Amino acid sequence: MSTTVIANRELELDAEGFLQKPEQWSEEIGVELARQVGIDPLTDRHWQVVRYMRDKYLQTGQAPSIRSLGKDSGVSTKELYQLFPKGPAKLAARIGGIPKPHGCI
Amino acid sequence: MTRIVILGAGTAGTIMANRLRRLYAADIRARRTTITVVDQETRHLYQPGLLFLPFGGYEPDDLVRPLRKQLHRAVTLVRETIDRVESSANRVVLASGNTIDYDLLVVATGTRIAPEETEGMTGPGWREKVFDFYSLEGAVALRDALKRFDGGHLVVNIVDMPIKCPVAPLEFAFLADDYFTKRGIRDRVRITYVTPLDGAFTKPTCTRELTHLLADKGIELVTEFSAGRVDGGKGILAAWDDREIPFDLLVTVPLHAGAGFVARSPGLGDDLGFVLTDPHSLQAKVAPNVFAIGDATNVPASKAGSVAHFEAEVLTANIRRYLAGQPLTPDFDGHANCFIETGHHKALLIDFNYDVEPVPGHFPFAGFGPMRLLRESRLNHLGKLAFRWVYWNVLLPGRDIPAVGPRMSLRGKQFPRPLTAAVPEGLVPR
Repeated sequence: MSTTVIANRELELDAEGFLQKPEQWSEEIGVELARQVGIDPLTDRHWQVVRYMRDKYLQTGQAPSIRSLGKDSGVSTKELYQLFPKGPAKLAARIGGIPKPHGCI
Repeated sequence: MTRIVILGAGTAGTIMANRLRRLYAADIRARRTTITVVDQETRHLYQPGLLFLPFGGYEPDDLVRPLRKQLHRAVTLVRETIDRVESSANRVVLASGNTIDYDLLVVATGTRIAPEETEGMTGPGWREKVFDFYSLEGAVALRDALKRFDGGHLVVNIVDMPIKCPVAPLEFAFLADDYFTKRGIRDRVRITYVTPLDGAFTKPTCTRELTHLLADKGIELVTEFSAGRVDGGKGILAAWDDREIPFDLLVTVPLHAGAGFVARSPGLGDDLGFVLTDPHSLQAKVAPNVFAIGDATNVPASKAGSVAHFEAEVLTANIRRYLAGQPLTPDFDGHANCFIETGHHKALLIDFNYDVEPVPGHFPFAGFGPMRLLRESRLNHLGKLAFRWVYWNVLLPGRDIPAVGPRMSLRGKQFPRPLTAAVPEGLVPR
């Protein structure tokens, strides 16, 4: 656990850079978090996925899997990997300010 | 009359049926309580053996026993296929249209592989060049293919997490190295381990150890590879990001999903069919009188028999409390204990939970062992082989294993840096 200042706000991040308190997040912070993982700029397509991911998490307490992202977010799995190379669910969660999705046990 | 219904007679379901039978023996005799298990299978499969079968370590007959015989005779077995659970009506609907009413339900239907979910996987080359070893049929077909294999590129791939026994694919790669070495053709076989994770395993200290072992054995490692397509005809494994890996023999660990009926049961599961479950009490989210155990749950613990065994102790106590009208205790800590077979008659042992990653040390007794944690040893390998006896004779009947409790112990473990928050007071290791 460490703290860092992004967009003039002090944020708590875990060792892998995931925000620990989703309520600390703002779109401005999302843009900066995306820049840190090499996604710049965040396009509308990126935002569609990030918002879907965050909304689902806030509604259900669970981040959606890559499979349900591909089915339900309006962005195909193929495009998800183009937008977020190497790990769409992981990167969208990080940018959207929610904890790292489970499934990595 | 209290009607307890357990769905599934695999490792977790069988353990629970036998534990609850013992707990309520007097009530069952007095016909105040019934325990009913539903499972469509006739055989119980010793799944840890599937890892060794492809290398000739076991015959199929060594790994299966009649399912009914693993359940105490006071437990009723209904051999039918489950269609759905209607938790609002406290009822299980079977594919035949019959229904079973329950007062308390335990879902223990495990996980299944879903190779059809990956484009092309079950197309040309399936079980000719493309194999799984998570089913008895797959493991037998793979054994025959390995016998014929006399050189080329062997690729071991995990499609996606979570999977059953997360260390098994690594063990498969280690055992393949051993197998081809013994056959004298190791120099003609290239082995590559391809994973969607960012390292060899999910936990950092363990990943370091295992990455060394892979390198020592000349096994190549490809990480962050999300398999999207298999072409068994051409021998190509392709990722969603268009990276391609050519293979002569692909050993895949397909996508895992929960049992099919979970998706047909309102509110029961997540989008992969795993039951939404409280990670500490093992109560399902859908209703207070529904519980889940083992691979069937969505809790962030390994999907492994040892986890089901540890969960069973906590769940038995919580079911007793629930039926007695007492509050549940959030006692399950995610404890897992796994042997990792590394080939050449050696194995590692790891012991971990939700909060504490696998570290070196001794097990189960601090400073003595006799097992070594996270270090290769022959004794660990013998422990893994002896486990088959323990499984049929101690685990399934629902007995406790001496010196190994459901909550993980920190004694005997060596931590890379001082632990703070996760460690209960008085247990801080030296």
